[in-house]
Amino acid sequence: MLRYILQRLLMIPVLLFLFSVMVFALVQAPPGDYLTSYIATLSSSGSSLDKAEIEALKQQFGLDQPVHIQYLRWIQSLLHGKLGLSLEYQRPNDELIAERLGLTLVLALSAFVFTWIVAIPLGIYSATHRNTLLDYLTTVLNYIGVATPNFMLALILMWWAYSQFGLSITGLYSREFEQAPWSFAKMIDLLKHIWVPMIVIGIAGTARLTRIMRANLLDELNKPYMISGRARGLSEWQLVMKYPVRMAINPLASTIGWYLPELFSGSLIVATVMNLQNIGPLLLRSLINQDMYLAGGILLIYCFLAIIGTLISDILLAWLDPRIRMEKS
Amino acid sequence: MDRVEPNLIQPEGSQIPRNAEDESTVLPIPPLEQTRSGEELLSVTQEEERISIASNWTLVWWRFRKNKLAVASTVILLFLALVVLIPEFFATFDPEQTDARLAFIPIQSIHWLDEGRLKPWVPGVAGKRDPVTLKMLWVTDESQRIYLRFFAPGFSYKLLGLIETDRHLVGAVDPEKAELVYLLGTDRLGRDQWSRLTFATRISMTIGMISVILSVVLGLVLGGISGYFGGWPDMIIQRLIELLQSLPTIPIWLALTAALPRTWSPEKVFFAITIILALRGWTTLAREVRGRFLSLREEDFVLAAELAGCSQARIILVHMIPTFTSHIIATSTLAIPVMIVTETSLSFLGLGMRPPAISWGVMLQEAQNIQTLALAPWLLIPGLVVILAVLVFNLVGDGLRDAADPYSN
Repeated sequence: MLRYILQRLLMIPVLLFLFSVMVFALVQAPPGDYLTSYIATLSSSGSSLDKAEIEALKQQFGLDQPVHIQYLRWIQSLLHGKLGLSLEYQRPNDELIAERLGLTLVLALSAFVFTWIVAIPLGIYSATHRNTLLDYLTTVLNYIGVATPNFMLALILMWWAYSQFGLSITGLYSREFEQAPWSFAKMIDLLKHIWVPMIVIGIAGTARLTRIMRANLLDELNKPYMISGRARGLSEWQLVMKYPVRMAINPLASTIGWYLPELFSGSLIVATVMNLQNIGPLLLRSLINQDMYLAGGILLIYCFLAIIGTLISDILLAWLDPRIRMEKS
Repeated sequence: MDRVEPNLIQPEGSQIPRNAEDESTVLPIPPLEQTRSGEELLSVTQEEERISIASNWTLVWWRFRKNKLAVASTVILLFLALVVLIPEFFATFDPEQTDARLAFIPIQSIHWLDEGRLKPWVPGVAGKRDPVTLKMLWVTDESQRIYLRFFAPGFSYKLLGLIETDRHLVGAVDPEKAELVYLLGTDRLGRDQWSRLTFATRISMTIGMISVILSVVLGLVLGGISGYFGGWPDMIIQRLIELLQSLPTIPIWLALTAALPRTWSPEKVFFAITIILALRGWTTLAREVRGRFLSLREEDFVLAAELAGCSQARIILVHMIPTFTSHIIATSTLAIPVMIVTETSLSFLGLGMRPPAISWGVMLQEAQNIQTLALAPWLLIPGLVVILAVLVFNLVGDGLRDAADPYSN
């Protein structure tokens, strides 16, 4: 088990290296760079930079170097734990990202917890009360939940809250807390706001997980050990919770592998629509403005989060299921 | 599994009573019992006969047919496909026609009955200027009735690019009033939503389908190589799949589409997006194809084909692939909605299709502002169409997947 985890951990730097090449190629790909668009905006507003200034800026950001040197310089600063300077904000990228990374994680993890808390009981209920009204209702809701893109759900909810109650459910804080430093009151305020985006981000996953849970459990409920358990006089609740539910939850651990990364990056579009200050909108802005080091940094962080998500799920699966554990060692 | 599930296929119009209870209501005479069971026995063998000579595709169809939800979804899907083929016919306006004065006209819902007779009409609209903001505000006016007819004349176009015509599905009876029928309202620039929606359906659906076709081709080729030949190509392809699958999809897609030059024409962007979507889409399918090839390679019929001297290409194309075509179709049907949602999201963020191209995502860009939305909620309709399309694709895909393996229980 330990060896398996170590192996997986050793793979992380390799993957990150490959991703860093890919990411750099991506942010480097658009024609022109931040400076050219910056100069264009300046000249359209009447002012301009003289040649010397442009050259100085180019040198400062290393934009005058060939691509591979630029990459090496970027990697070098990455290895020193720095993500470079944002061209647009004129601030270190690490600061910009650090401000918002916490919220990304909190949002994704709370959506994750929401999903599991809702999906598992719902799946169990659906499977044990098959073909009842509530089961049908769950199935219908699941299909709609899977079919609704989460930004669409956000739009509908925002429109509904605004037109019915005049409420704005965008943002994560009330206005007075937006710029305030962290405090207990701000935490409470965050909790008051976070549940709407949490549900919006988590709902599709909840629908899918409920379906998987229901199908897994249905397979188990037909097994002979259920009959023998009943014959021995176990109560239905005990019988279901003790054996088939545990069997049915095991494969769900493997869904974490794709679900966690999906939550991290899936919140991106919702965050843009609902004006949540996480790294999603920052990435979008930096991509549009060709703020390449900022975009590259955020993309790498998304990659890292995706790797971690898969790792957690694999380790969890090996830990939960002895059959997989044996096979691996 | 010793007997074929008898209710799998009941011949339609079969008059043979299924059990004793049905029988007793009609003929309560015991001696007939014997002949009846004899007949039933015969009918079962006939059924078995029918099943045993049915082709794989017939079995899939019989099984698919039983899933009513999937069949109903197929009908909706066929209708959407028709819109994709001839959006001009369904449209009532040129989708690019703008008139800022006609902005935010509300939905004019179709009333089918007029004084008890079937005579479809829509209410007229009346505009008045807001005295403060000087904006035009439009409301529907039930007292005016604009009568509608089918196959009404309108702007001329080429049906399927071939036949010159000016007929549209619906339109005003009175050509004078044709300019006042906005079935799904208008947007910020006074463009007719209904007409734009038909053209958006064409673009969004084709993006989904083309990228899935690309994924299928890539998945078949690479998955096939991986599973059939094994060895180092398998190693490389598997690592590549793992690498691609561990990428965070949405951010990478964003970066890829952001890298497309702004100067590209809509057609170029269209194809670039289908390729971008297919770049990762093939991995799931390749895995499945590889698994199939691995297990099929050991089957007797493949060995027999080899011994009979078939070429490798023939074994793969004629003997192996047809055994899992239905699975490929099911998997790709389920992949289309994913592509559609991704394209919609990217376009919605302004990074996918860009105006003047019209897709569902491009139309939804108009719905980004919450104040506008409160004023004109019908701007959300393209989103509902997305949900409907994804829903029917999923239902059809699920039905196909369940039907794909006709010999399973």
